[in-house]
Amino acid sequence: MLKLSEQVYSAMRTHGEETYPHECCGVLLGRSEGDVNCVEDAVRAGNTRTDSAHNRYNIAPQELVKIQRQGRERGLDIVGFYHSHPDHPAQWSKTDFAEAHWLGCSYVITSVQKGRATVTNSFLLTGSGEDDKAFLDEALEVERCSVAAL
Amino acid sequence: MKIHIPTPLRVYAGKQDSVSVNATTVGEALGQLTEEHPDLKKHLYSEDGKLRAFVNVYLNDEDIRYLPAKDSTPVSEADSLSIIPSIAGGAPVMEEATALPELSTAEMARYSRHLILPEVGMEGQQRLKAAKVLCVGTGGLGAPLAFYLAAAGIGTLGLVDFDVVDESNLQRQIIHSTKDVGRPKIDSAADKLSALNPHMKIVKHETMLTSQNALDIIKDYDIVADGTDNFPTRYLVNDACVLSGKPNAYGSIFRFEGQASVFATEEGPCYRCLYPEPPPPGLVPSCAEGGVLGILPGLVGIIQATEVIKLILGKGDPLIGRLLLVDSLGMKFRELKLRKNPECPVCGTNPTVTKLIDYDQFCGIQPAAAPAAVLNGIEQITPMDLKRRLDAKDDVFVLDVREPYEFQIASMGGHLIPLNDLPKRVSELDASREIVVHCKMGGRSQKAAEFLKQNGFTKVQNLAGGINAWSAEIDPTVPKY
Ligand SMILES: [Zn+2]
Ligand SMILES: [Zn+2]
Repeated sequence: MLKLSEQVYSAMRTHGEETYPHECCGVLLGRSEGDVNCVEDAVRAGNTRTDSAHNRYNIAPQELVKIQRQGRERGLDIVGFYHSHPDHPAQWSKTDFAEAHWLGCSYVITSVQKGRATVTNSFLLTGSGEDDKAFLDEALEVERCSVAAL
Repeated sequence: MKIHIPTPLRVYAGKQDSVSVNATTVGEALGQLTEEHPDLKKHLYSEDGKLRAFVNVYLNDEDIRYLPAKDSTPVSEADSLSIIPSIAGGAPVMEEATALPELSTAEMARYSRHLILPEVGMEGQQRLKAAKVLCVGTGGLGAPLAFYLAAAGIGTLGLVDFDVVDESNLQRQIIHSTKDVGRPKIDSAADKLSALNPHMKIVKHETMLTSQNALDIIKDYDIVADGTDNFPTRYLVNDACVLSGKPNAYGSIFRFEGQASVFATEEGPCYRCLYPEPPPPGLVPSCAEGGVLGILPGLVGIIQATEVIKLILGKGDPLIGRLLLVDSLGMKFRELKLRKNPECPVCGTNPTVTKLIDYDQFCGIQPAAAPAAVLNGIEQITPMDLKRRLDAKDDVFVLDVREPYEFQIASMGGHLIPLNDLPKRVSELDASREIVVHCKMGGRSQKAAEFLKQNGFTKVQNLAGGINAWSAEIDPTVPKY
């Protein structure tokens, strides 16, 4: 399950509306507690795909290193990622799957139709490696996490 | 030092978020990590022992792939290593919508030597058929490049050229033949390519690539192969590729040496990361001025073609982040490591070039103005005016200041005194007569005219554009060289 606050939930969706018709992307910081990924913060990342940003996203590893470090300083881990699908359903694509390597993390996708965020879904990347990895539909619970948003 | 483990890999590292090691180099640190936690190994490295493509390891803020000393980079206790799997994806647009095109029986027969290579196979050949490649230029590099790409089965090949075939091209531009002299290169090239492979689609862009049309032309292609021979177009192709996210299989040649690389990929550097600024105009002569070994573009163009094919197949190690230097006299191939420059004006983190600019101006090239009538006090005469005067049987003495071997190639009947011999042979000239000085293109003769003027010759003129302009405008039987 993915738990996140109303603020984080709407921050991801607003991000997708802002970058429409391009894809947005970002990192979810929080804690992994058993089967639950609990998100404390959504950090926006620059989409480094300038070529086909309407249907591709990519987060520069350098930026990821930085976000991970900032998270560490706040006692938070990377527990997932989010991106938008402009004018496409909130379902993972072949590319999303091929390029997903963070096993145990949640991949959140928001469909942005004509500039408005519609459906938001989360998928958990399961498995033990590249050979047996799989995306599982994951429940998404919008509520207050164990630490109140500051 | 500390090695930070990302969430997905912690189960293989005793559930720790970081592992402390005691190491003096990056390689040692990673070695200790995988020794202590052997399960991590297969997640970080592929079977051949290379770091997996989607795994990035950062020493502080630097990707270790780009550290000059790589694994041998020294580390201290204060440093930290971060293991970062990559993050990317995309909406289901292209790859799922367009299935790969089928091969016909004739195509299967044609490509059978590819089909039995596991690295190509049916899927690879279908990828080649689906691919759209743009060749900028059909000259020295473009000729072998386009030829081999056509033979290999690229489905759509775009050609950009506006030049016509000249006799002097045939020494290296093997796609054109003797009967094509005077024809547009693009037509000549398209004929040869469709004769070689009738299964492919050829798109002709008979135009000069400019800042106005480049993005529009490039947008329909997957990969660009740059076979241009001048700096403004090279920067234009680079920037257009970076801005539109298309890889650029680059090659260039000069005299006996060549270079090749793959620029403007997502992870790799671009031409501007290597050369942020063009050389001052005139410093690096073009092939027309400096000469080129005819075989060399064959060698370099085929390296470009190889890179294009590899990029399409997704096989092998592309020349991304590597500059291959070809020395044909020594027959040596060397390699320079290139890295993406974070400050690069076009592909860096804060790019200042976000649309195409005026590349002639960037390269310091003045727009072609009407030739000056007087240069440094020397009157310039056009070939047309000289012809009029000669036809009118005016008393004009034509002085040729080129080298004897040039005189052998082409002459317009002038009196030959090579520029360097002029001071000691000046007595051969009559200061009372009108003298028109010429060389190949007008540069050396200008110097000669200035020298004569300083030595009391008052009636000296320089033939603008030299014997080549004479050949182009007045007498085509005089060979251009
Ligand atoms: Zn996606
Ligand atoms: Zn660059």
